[in-house]
Amino acid sequence: MKLSRRSLLKTTAAAAAFATVGLPSFAQAIDELVIAYNVNLPSWDPTVGPSAVNPTIQGFYQSVFDLYIPQNPDLSFGQGIITDYGWNDDQSQIWMDVREGVTWHNGDPLTAEDVVWSLTRAGTAETGNPIQFIWGKVANVQAEGNRVTADVKEYEPTFFKWMSFLTGYILPKKYYEEVGAEGFEAAPIGSGPYMVEKFERNAFVRLKANENYWGGAPEFKTVTIKFVTDAASRVAEIESGNAHVTLEVPYEEFDRLKAKDGIEGVAEPISDIGMIFLNDIEVMTDPNVRKAAAHAIDKQLIVDRLLSGYGVPIDTLQTPDYIAFDDTIKVEFDPEKSKALLAESGFGPDNPVKFTIQTTKGFKPKDYEMVQAIVGLWRKVGIEAEIEVYEIAKHYELRAADTLAPAAFYNWGNSVGDPTTSTGFAMFGPSPHSVWDGQDTFDMIAPLWGEKDEAKRIAGWKAVDRHIAEQAEVIPLLQYVQPILHVAGVNVVPHRSGALLPHLMTRS
Amino acid sequence: MALLRAILVRLLTTAITLFGVAVIVFVVIRVVPGNPIAMMLPPGATEADIARLQMQYGFDKSIFEQFTIWLSGVVQGDFGTSISLRQPVSLLVLNRLPATLELSIVALLIAVLIGGTMALVGTRFRDTGAEGAIDMGAGMALSIPDFLWGLVLILLFGVLWPVFHISGRISPSLDIDFTTNFYLFEALFRLRFDVLADLIGHMFMPAVALAIPLAAIIAQLLKQSLKETMHLDYVTLARTKGYAERTVITREALPNAILPTLTLVGVQFTFLIGGTVIIERLFSYEGLGNMAIDAVINRDLPLIQGIVILFALIFTLVNLVVDMMYVVLNPRLRHA
Repeated sequence: MKLSRRSLLKTTAAAAAFATVGLPSFAQAIDELVIAYNVNLPSWDPTVGPSAVNPTIQGFYQSVFDLYIPQNPDLSFGQGIITDYGWNDDQSQIWMDVREGVTWHNGDPLTAEDVVWSLTRAGTAETGNPIQFIWGKVANVQAEGNRVTADVKEYEPTFFKWMSFLTGYILPKKYYEEVGAEGFEAAPIGSGPYMVEKFERNAFVRLKANENYWGGAPEFKTVTIKFVTDAASRVAEIESGNAHVTLEVPYEEFDRLKAKDGIEGVAEPISDIGMIFLNDIEVMTDPNVRKAAAHAIDKQLIVDRLLSGYGVPIDTLQTPDYIAFDDTIKVEFDPEKSKALLAESGFGPDNPVKFTIQTTKGFKPKDYEMVQAIVGLWRKVGIEAEIEVYEIAKHYELRAADTLAPAAFYNWGNSVGDPTTSTGFAMFGPSPHSVWDGQDTFDMIAPLWGEKDEAKRIAGWKAVDRHIAEQAEVIPLLQYVQPILHVAGVNVVPHRSGALLPHLMTRS
Repeated sequence: MALLRAILVRLLTTAITLFGVAVIVFVVIRVVPGNPIAMMLPPGATEADIARLQMQYGFDKSIFEQFTIWLSGVVQGDFGTSISLRQPVSLLVLNRLPATLELSIVALLIAVLIGGTMALVGTRFRDTGAEGAIDMGAGMALSIPDFLWGLVLILLFGVLWPVFHISGRISPSLDIDFTTNFYLFEALFRLRFDVLADLIGHMFMPAVALAIPLAAIIAQLLKQSLKETMHLDYVTLARTKGYAERTVITREALPNAILPTLTLVGVQFTFLIGGTVIIERLFSYEGLGNMAIDAVINRDLPLIQGIVILFALIFTLVNLVVDMMYVVLNPRLRHA
């Protein structure tokens, strides 16, 4: 075949025609908001199964369902379906007032009976609610008018806080009983700001605004959330204009993209923290080794060099947003003190103390790199740590079996900001999430679980945190900052829980 | 008769292979670290809660007992229920299979088209600069893994010249209800060219990323076979008869030279399906591979088992089909 000018032009025209058939639309005015999300949504029932306790997907649930008690973007508690709540005088009963005039997505009225059914179902072990250990602490849930009451079987100071947290959602009794679990999974309805219009597993969910939402109809009438799990693809999605909002991109890319015309960035601290679990085995039974390890880490340096400044160094498991945060508790960076402590136990740069530190690689931003940097800092003072990389699944298994290495990097989320769900579960020996078995810490924590005096309870947790910091029983590192990129036409309100909520987005 | 017997024997060995795969997968995923129960433990879980969860998912039994229960279900078409997705595994994998098959078939077609063209051009212009350029191109295509090609394509056609979709399989805004999960074939059959264009716009980059390394292999092998064939007597005879070189290559040399390539394409097709795992993830393509990664991350043992068994079944069936095609296309084997 001879290549003539005519045939070349024909070929070029054909190629151009083919290339444009699948061209995405790049509308200037945003009619349909497109979000490139970093995780998949496995299941729609927010109250059962493993998805229910996955903090990263709560944003999806909060778009469709209502929590009993919502949290404002700063983590303070707001008024939701439950407008008011409390304990009776002797704390043997709880009461909740249910908002009137709320409807489900199918138009049915949301009533106090729905709240009774949701709470009773959550507290029944057979239904598979993973937080049943909390919900099961009340019984005999009843409704009278718009007031719901329940008898307290076991006092739980954080009961109402859990109503803003994992599995704390109200589901429609009548609809659920009509369609069953499978039917609900296929066509979920809630009372939240958005209704599910179309759901393709592993691909996208298309949401339609709930015009009757009690909190006011959302500004964007249609929202498509694409599940784009690969960070490089999310960067391409926002850079190409295929998505209007994305999150959890590498910090370097965040800085590069927000400097471009038409793309803006917001980076705020969220309730996730990075920490190093210390297991009280082998050399970690020696307080000098633990304290030396803690004082040898320059957290600010790690935040600045590895996370481009996006992180807040912390010294306890409480972030500044949490109720039991105490800014007087400090674990200073002091390598000389580390050397002195190690010398007391017969260790030093020439005779280093040795142990293993476990970490994930790529599960959280720069997790492996942070541990590498920490090991480098430790080496300078006389600690020789060997890095073992593992998958997050192995971490959970080892932690539950109390067989983590002497040191293990992990991240911890606690959007309700209560000390029980941070220090409590992480440091209380019997918890499957704790590897610390020290008796003194156990003795300090045990009475706090059921403490009815709130001021005394919080003071107690602060004392626990101080003790833990002084004894270096865990090494808190930093509070994560969540990078969110969005086009200039969208205004994004970040939520400290880390949930990206489309109903908080408006046109700018 | 002999062919039928060969097919029956092959089917039997396929069944044995699948059983072996099932045993290995079942045992291995239970032995490697990462207990699914540990991943779903709530903060305040007690020993009783852990025991209840283990019983609920059947992990309180021995591996042998678990395997027997699972196998008896499989025989009846029940592959269990996914832990993370809370749906029947058979339904989940069968819903996803069409997406992966369509992607793999399109990638194969692209690979054959590109690789075949390169081989024919290289043979036509053998011992010239054009052949050198084709060899260099093939070498480069082979030395870069498919996921890197994916990133290059995203940069080129997703960001710099954004003509194709970066993620997904179909645009959420398209209004169509499919009756099957073979979207591409169904859109073609229903003459919905708008949908077809959208599907191609989504599929183009992942398919090309998968196709590039295979195209290079096809180009190299087919060109080598063609060049060897070009020296044979019957080719020389055809040339003596006055046939044009292009006709000699396509009508005389190609039918004989294609057999080794066909075998290779069959084997490589199974690797290509395996390659979809990473590529589907990169492009957020809603296929079996993407689901497999989630299943592994979540330690969703029933789903992992279902996906691996299905992959194994595809691999053995593809090999079976290739063997049959080889017999049909090779007269010496057909008349043996």
